[in-house]
Amino acid sequence: MPRFIDRRSQSRHKSAVNRQRFLRRFKAQVKKAVSNAISNRSISDIENGEKITIPTKDIREPHFHYGYGGKQEIILPGNQHFIVGDKIKRSPIQVDKNKSNASNEGEAEDAFDFQISTEEFLDLFFDDLELPNLTKTQILKTNAQKLIRAGFTIQGTPANINIIRSFRGAISRRLAHRGALKRRLNDLEMKLKKLTPNEENTFSISTLKKEIKQVKNRLKNIPFIDPFDLRYNNRVRQPRPTAQAVMFCIMDVSGSMDETKKDIAKRFFILLYLFLKRNYETIELVFIRHHTTAKEVPEQEFFYSKETGGTVVSSALELMRDIITHRYPASDWNIYGAQASDGDNWNNDSPRCRDILMHDIMPHVQYFAYVEIMARQPQSLWEVYQIVKESSKNFAMQPINHVRDIYPVLKNLFSRQHPAIPLATENLQ
Amino acid sequence: MKKKVMPKNSEWTIELLKKYEREIAQIAEKFNLDTYRAQIEIITAEQMMDAYASTGMPIYYHHWSHGKQFLTIEKNYKRGHMGLAYEIVINSNPCIVYLLEENTMAMQILVLAHAAFGHNSFFKGNYLFHHWTSADAIIDYLVFAKKYISQCEERYGIDAVEEILDACHALMNHGVDRYRRSPQLSLQEEKARQTEREEFLQSQINAIWKTIPKSKKKSKEPEKRFPTDPEENLLYFIEKNAPLLETWQREVVRIVRKIAQYFYPQRQTKVMNEGWATFWHYTIMNELFEKKLINEPFMVEFLHHHTNVIYQPPFSHPHYNGLNPYTLGFSIFRDLQRICEEPTPEDKRWFPDIVNTNWVKTLDFAMRNFKDESFIAQFLSPKVIRDLKLFALADDEQKNELEISAIHNDAGYQYIRSTLAKQYDLSNIDPNIQVYNVDRRGDRTLTLRYYQSSQRPLSENAKEVIKHLYKLWGFPVKLETVSEEGSVILTNIHPEISS
Repeated sequence: MPRFIDRRSQSRHKSAVNRQRFLRRFKAQVKKAVSNAISNRSISDIENGEKITIPTKDIREPHFHYGYGGKQEIILPGNQHFIVGDKIKRSPIQVDKNKSNASNEGEAEDAFDFQISTEEFLDLFFDDLELPNLTKTQILKTNAQKLIRAGFTIQGTPANINIIRSFRGAISRRLAHRGALKRRLNDLEMKLKKLTPNEENTFSISTLKKEIKQVKNRLKNIPFIDPFDLRYNNRVRQPRPTAQAVMFCIMDVSGSMDETKKDIAKRFFILLYLFLKRNYETIELVFIRHHTTAKEVPEQEFFYSKETGGTVVSSALELMRDIITHRYPASDWNIYGAQASDGDNWNNDSPRCRDILMHDIMPHVQYFAYVEIMARQPQSLWEVYQIVKESSKNFAMQPINHVRDIYPVLKNLFSRQHPAIPLATENLQ
Repeated sequence: MKKKVMPKNSEWTIELLKKYEREIAQIAEKFNLDTYRAQIEIITAEQMMDAYASTGMPIYYHHWSHGKQFLTIEKNYKRGHMGLAYEIVINSNPCIVYLLEENTMAMQILVLAHAAFGHNSFFKGNYLFHHWTSADAIIDYLVFAKKYISQCEERYGIDAVEEILDACHALMNHGVDRYRRSPQLSLQEEKARQTEREEFLQSQINAIWKTIPKSKKKSKEPEKRFPTDPEENLLYFIEKNAPLLETWQREVVRIVRKIAQYFYPQRQTKVMNEGWATFWHYTIMNELFEKKLINEPFMVEFLHHHTNVIYQPPFSHPHYNGLNPYTLGFSIFRDLQRICEEPTPEDKRWFPDIVNTNWVKTLDFAMRNFKDESFIAQFLSPKVIRDLKLFALADDEQKNELEISAIHNDAGYQYIRSTLAKQYDLSNIDPNIQVYNVDRRGDRTLTLRYYQSSQRPLSENAKEVIKHLYKLWGFPVKLETVSEEGSVILTNIHPEISS
């Protein structure tokens, strides 16, 4: 009798490993295709998978087989009008076709193409950014701690008494102490029974009785519970990696920021967002835009509404500071700041920006990145930010002049962190 | 009284499948089909693609080429360039049959008959499968292979294992034994030991002769080649003789070799195997219909699929892609049945032994004792040649024109039959390449010899394969071509000698 098995719900994605192996083996080619994809398409849909094309010759698996030539005799079906001895001209195309499959079978045969998923795409995409190092040193920096159970101790506060453990200890102590005494008591009582009450034995009887009394007393005095029995629940503090992050997007929307600049800023924010998304389970986004005053807005408004007016950057930084204090305590959140501006600022405001950043923001955030988009010349903001950068390691700034710069700039911003490690070793020496 | 099962629509259920399986089993018993117990598994399209990617096996070690295979299939399937097979059947005991969930009820019945009875009985009955594969052990062996290779990957790194596997895969077709090896070897060993004993005794007796100085001529004798006899199983030779391989690498070579050996009979019986399964699903479906277990719409659907399967486009058709093994095999088996039951005078001339015999027995005999090459040489009848309008085309590089050397007429039958048989001879499909010598006293160069036939050259790929072989052997590898006249030309050498 045969067995019928419905396998439909089991063992899916059996080939997933093989697929990974394939990508791994042709990483170089796939990466190249990915970086082409980045330059070719708009970043807004970068999260989709990508069609990858690899030249077939790179992935061929060679075997020994016959090449074209020599004598061959083949049997073919469907003879229509041939008779023995018929001669057929060898057409030049046919020869050519057989000799080099690659040349005229068309491009389709020459390229191996396939689809990779979003995750695979992003992996490869950020792989190029060389971020993993940063992931270890910076991103997983933890501030929060949590209490976890760690067995039992013999000291502690009454609130932490573990009743079960304490009583278990008490019982065993009582058993242990009683055992010997009970045995002694039994012995003595047996002896007493054996002695017949007469003149001779009066003395020994009385001593026995006395001893029995003593033992009974001792038995009675074994405490039900002793300080020695007490056990307390032990708890230790363990650093807890914070799995949530908040990203502040700060953008200048004053008159000088035109559509092109905003577009560049947007792309920068998106890339940063994608990167953070790979490291945290949840990311909240806070959009702050400013001209002379700052305002927290929804995403749509952030990128697309039109504003005009002068520029006071400090207003945005103040708002960010306030939001951090009220909604995102640094102990629970990994905070990232990204600011995009064309560098224009009201000159007197710049020193104020520096102060807010250095004193109120930088101590709380994991990372703050500033990009200056298509600045005409270094502005006052740039100069004061230079000072901030010198004092804090987790501050980075870069000018962006063209859309195509965003990707390298992002790379730069993050790879800047690398020298921090050699520095530390230098100090050790 | 037995209740008739008659499906109402094209949806299948497991219950219905079981009922039909029982009915088919009764018919199969009537025709003496001997099968392994079947294990029938319903799988999804995605799982079918997984199975494809690992050459149909339910378990296989991980390798990038399987990933490549999977990606190709997935792409073609998703774009609608290809349909998936309706079933996959594995030569194992119990015989695993995969049914695609998308099949209609009629398809599932067809597939059950085709795979669970047709292929299954072929696996159990054909001598090549008996000889070369052990259906009971294959799944266990694949489990072992997968485990072993993933352990190696953990220990030595994915790249190291991949390098060996790549090299072995390149030699897979030249990694099979064509003749039984082990019994011969042990016999040889026995004989060798016996001679050793004899010599020992002799040396005891003739101790006095030892004092006579040896003649110096002896050392001038040409050194014996190693291996003494050429070896055609390249992977076997590597496994046993490559000087630098580590134990685990040898085991990996062995795994690839064993799996290649397992697939060897399948490569040799493509036409017979498919022909046999197609013949039986055709016969069984007709029996079911006669028993009124399936109705006309089912039969029409079945015939539609069946016709598609055995469609043979003529050579001039844009879809022509070689002879369809289903068509050829099915036609030959059907014609054999006809010859047994209603022979014509022509058949009496061509097949005097089988006319008017019991067709079930004759077909069973044919299934058990042949492979494609001998099966065609033995049973391709003039009628099949006529039906398929087969003709022979001679292609000689030296001449400007192709020539028709035989067509489906009295003069041509025999010629077409033998030529077609040769076409299915694996030794004609895979070039004849053998290990000829190892330079044991020098730089350990391994010399392979390609024995040319019909002046056919090797393809350019040979260069790449030699590189892979070099990775396994660890010392220079040379490929020489031996022409039919006996002249030897150096074809490839790796690493190339810089002049």
